[in-house]
Amino acid sequence: MKKFQNITGKLAPVITIIVVLTAWFFLSDSEALPSFMLPGPGSVVKAFVKDFPALMQHSAVTLQEAGWGLLIGFIIAVVTAVLMDRFSFLNKALYPVLIVTQTIPSIALAPLLVLWFGFEMTPKIVLVVITTFFPITVGLLGGLQSADKDAIDLFRAMGATRWQIYRHIKFPSALSSLFSGLKIAASYSVVGAVISEWLGGFEGLGVYMTRVRKAYAFDKMFAVIVLISLISLLLMWGISLLEKVSQPWLRKGKTK
Amino acid sequence: MNKVLEAAGISKAFGDKKVLENVNISLNKGEIVSLLGVSGVGKTTLFHILSGLSCPDEGKVLFNGERDITGVPGSVSYMLQKDLLLPYKKVADNVAMPLILNGMKRKDAVAKVNDLFDEFGIEGTQGMYPAELSGGMRQRAAHLRTYVASKGVALLDEPFSALDTITKKMIHKWFLDVMGKIDLSVFFITHDIDEAITLSDRIYVLGGSPGQVVKEIDLGGKMKKDFELTPEFLKVKKEVIEALEI
Repeated sequence: MKKFQNITGKLAPVITIIVVLTAWFFLSDSEALPSFMLPGPGSVVKAFVKDFPALMQHSAVTLQEAGWGLLIGFIIAVVTAVLMDRFSFLNKALYPVLIVTQTIPSIALAPLLVLWFGFEMTPKIVLVVITTFFPITVGLLGGLQSADKDAIDLFRAMGATRWQIYRHIKFPSALSSLFSGLKIAASYSVVGAVISEWLGGFEGLGVYMTRVRKAYAFDKMFAVIVLISLISLLLMWGISLLEKVSQPWLRKGKTK
Repeated sequence: MNKVLEAAGISKAFGDKKVLENVNISLNKGEIVSLLGVSGVGKTTLFHILSGLSCPDEGKVLFNGERDITGVPGSVSYMLQKDLLLPYKKVADNVAMPLILNGMKRKDAVAKVNDLFDEFGIEGTQGMYPAELSGGMRQRAAHLRTYVASKGVALLDEPFSALDTITKKMIHKWFLDVMGKIDLSVFFITHDIDEAITLSDRIYVLGGSPGQVVKEIDLGGKMKKDFELTPEFLKVKKEVIEALEI
């Protein structure tokens, strides 16, 4: 019975996707909608294959921007979260500001960044940093602050220094909430890079998207949308993998 | 008798509320002494002061009869209600933690504590994560860590309260057995009168508000096999209950 549930659990999303794809196929095939508005799955795949080299080239640029942005965002987030955890006045001073930065739509910010940093990679990376550092900061900060107070007392009684408390208690217990933040940040990073490419640039999936949109090549448009989703999914999957590998104790236990 | 730990004239208030008033207690080498008292009488506050985690308003804490450790953590090892084994570290690393915090290399520290596992009855658990151990085994590991952390003196704050009755009985036996083998003097807090009488050499009964020592009962030498089944045990229990005014 359990095995059966397991199989249906894995099959359910597959079936959903198949149903959606079939519906898409028949809807586009029925000519209820003109084919330039809703290209069928077949023509999207064809477009994908035909433009594959160009797509890969643009993906490389976008991934680079997303990667650098995510890395820099991560570093800034770790420093900010640790400082905010360590000094409560910084926490009080910065938290509202952090929230406000998230209420500014990135699409409004992107043209400004282009104005300040030009059409090269810098404004894109900056936008990715702005969108990714928030979920990581909030995740890590929450994790650091939820560390077991009694464990910290115990370590203090054993003569632990502040750094040792971070190293042995606060950081390890913050790992799972850090990873939740990272997963959100990873998907934001690709979307952030694409959005900033829309508003100016020479290369990248966002630039490609603008071009095919202007050419009314909706099959290519759909192909690039699917590709962006795939890249985000891959990144999130990679982070989930990292999460599992870095916390081997979660797979053990409860074998009383 | 040489006093390994002594608290003299301890008073402590939180804001306007006085919690402890002129508390004098001491622990002799090799003794197990329990602190009994109703909830809220300031037992845990007293332990925080003894361990150096917090400072008393008046009075001081002396280690080995001379060294003033008032407000200085690190001399007395402290075990809290929960076992507080870190779930992300293997048992050996958890137990070796006090040595690592003191600057010993991880590998050396783990090697140094390795022999003690047998003495504490948890040989073979070194490479496991705490989640893989039963409640009783985790208790033993936590006791072992407390022992490793101690420089001869340990404070145990209701160490057995989370265990079921049968495991508790087994752990009591184990505890007395281990205490006979190692060099450790112990103060421990409990709510359980039977537990206090079974395990201790002496009992301090704390009462009143602000909390103070209302009675000291010396059980020296009475600890023997099946003591809890003798009429004498009940006599002591009556004494304790009267002192607690419950």
